[in-house]
Amino acid sequence: MSEVLVLVEHVDGDVKKVTLELLTLARSLGAPAAVWAGPGYSDAAKAKLAEYGAEKIYVADAEEITGYVVAPKAELLAKLVADKAPAGVLVAATAEGKEIAGRLAVKTDSGVITDAVGLGEGFVADQSIFGGGVNVRSRVAKGTPIVAVRPNSAAPVATAGAAAEEKVEVALSDAARAARIVERVKQEKGARPELTEAAVVVSGGRGVGSAESFALIEKLADSLDAAVGASRAATDAGWYPHQFQVGQTGKTVAPQLYIAAGISGAIQHRAGMQTSKTIVVINKDAEAPIFEIADYGVVGDLFQVVPQLTEEIEKRK
Amino acid sequence: MNIVVCVKQVPDTATERKLRSDDKTLDRDAADGVVNELDEYAVEEALKLKEAHGGEVTVLTMGPGKATETIRKALAMGADKAVHLSDDALHGSDALSTSYAMAQALKKIGFDLVVLGSESTDARTGVLAAMLAERLGVPQLSLAKKVEVNGSAIAIERLTDYGYDKVEASLPAVVSVVEKINEPRYPSFKGIMAAKKKPVETLGIADAEISADQVGLANAWSEVVDFAAAPPRAAGTIVKDEGDGGAKIAEFLASKKFV
Repeated sequence: MSEVLVLVEHVDGDVKKVTLELLTLARSLGAPAAVWAGPGYSDAAKAKLAEYGAEKIYVADAEEITGYVVAPKAELLAKLVADKAPAGVLVAATAEGKEIAGRLAVKTDSGVITDAVGLGEGFVADQSIFGGGVNVRSRVAKGTPIVAVRPNSAAPVATAGAAAEEKVEVALSDAARAARIVERVKQEKGARPELTEAAVVVSGGRGVGSAESFALIEKLADSLDAAVGASRAATDAGWYPHQFQVGQTGKTVAPQLYIAAGISGAIQHRAGMQTSKTIVVINKDAEAPIFEIADYGVVGDLFQVVPQLTEEIEKRK
Repeated sequence: MNIVVCVKQVPDTATERKLRSDDKTLDRDAADGVVNELDEYAVEEALKLKEAHGGEVTVLTMGPGKATETIRKALAMGADKAVHLSDDALHGSDALSTSYAMAQALKKIGFDLVVLGSESTDARTGVLAAMLAERLGVPQLSLAKKVEVNGSAIAIERLTDYGYDKVEASLPAVVSVVEKINEPRYPSFKGIMAAKKKPVETLGIADAEISADQVGLANAWSEVVDFAAAPPRAAGTIVKDEGDGGAKIAEFLASKKFV
């Protein structure tokens, strides 16, 4: 059975949930082969990948792979595509994942599909486009199918894989070393789950009114072990950092539960959260368009409703 | 500095956007065409860099005849001239063919810096900057929230999940921008009038040495199998807060086993 390459997403040596989802999807399309790029590989990482069905693990843990923007990972994958002739390549549809997929597609003369929310036989991918208004099925017509899959597109299912390790050395080209990362600036907000991967997301918008008031949103998020998101109005105003922006020009999320507080629901925002499974809305304006997509909505003042909700959730724990 | 800023005309997100039933491509007649929003930030950044370092800003767009509206907007903001890559053979091009065609045009125009928005509001693939950098063999400085040029050195702050990366490279380079980078200017009346006199060169595929067998719908690397309007969400329960709104949501969440 042909291999399906899965580029592993990892932070501080921990395998991220989206990779387990991709390994699960890969299983129905071939033999899942995890590709570890960059430092941090460990026995714990190996065990995790094995638990979720990796038959092979290609390990390219040279420091320089993560020392430059995107291109080294694309070169690594291109080498594996050439050497191993996989049935396809899956990456997480993060901003960087999509860029890796794009460069890999050029290098291997292959088609690429971005933001898949499902994947079936023949690498036919489901996509949700135009802010969730149209569902599309697409496929790659030439080369090795490369698909960037959105986090939360599949439930990870554990099944043991052989996890045979193979070291991979890549001689990076000069072109791959052209954009050098000289410093990583971390602006993390506590130990919350990552926005695109979280099962629950609590977002605040214009109605939150200030940076200080985002503490209310954070408290509610923490009561649900959720990630915090923000509308563009809130990030434009500087109340919350840009990387937490949900919407058309920010992150696209599809959690089990999305709670929108003080967000009117312009198309710009809806495009980034419309495929969430359950949507709860708190807004004082009964006419806010966000209520159109709410499973449950409360017309009211978020400064009353959010603290009460947080308290009720804490009580039920 | 010779700066080329790539802009795209997209259907207005405020109108209903559709795919054509005949060839499954974007229905450009169904919605009003507007400048892709992030591209306005790209134009602004290009103009700011020109103001600081001198040089010239050339607008490059690929699209049907209607896309001249988009060119005029960028020229009205202050760009110096434009190149419109337009050819029936380009219709239905996917990201790979588009990046190929744009790269060919960029080679013909020549550049020290290419600036573009980090994604378009229609296809939202977010891959063009990466593909252009790959095809042109120049540094990929994408998702920039800050750009600084100093002689032939260029540095950006690249948006990441955890904050940002400081990235350094040398010109020539490809930069894609996110919307926190600047505040795009509005075209002035004077700018709008001046734009009408600025040169716009139209290139067909032969002019840009683009092979016909690498572009267009028939040669695309990916294809739409089928599509359908998303089923509407079932109407939810909306209640007015009577002092117990938070408690009511908690009950709803409990009924769904979230708490």
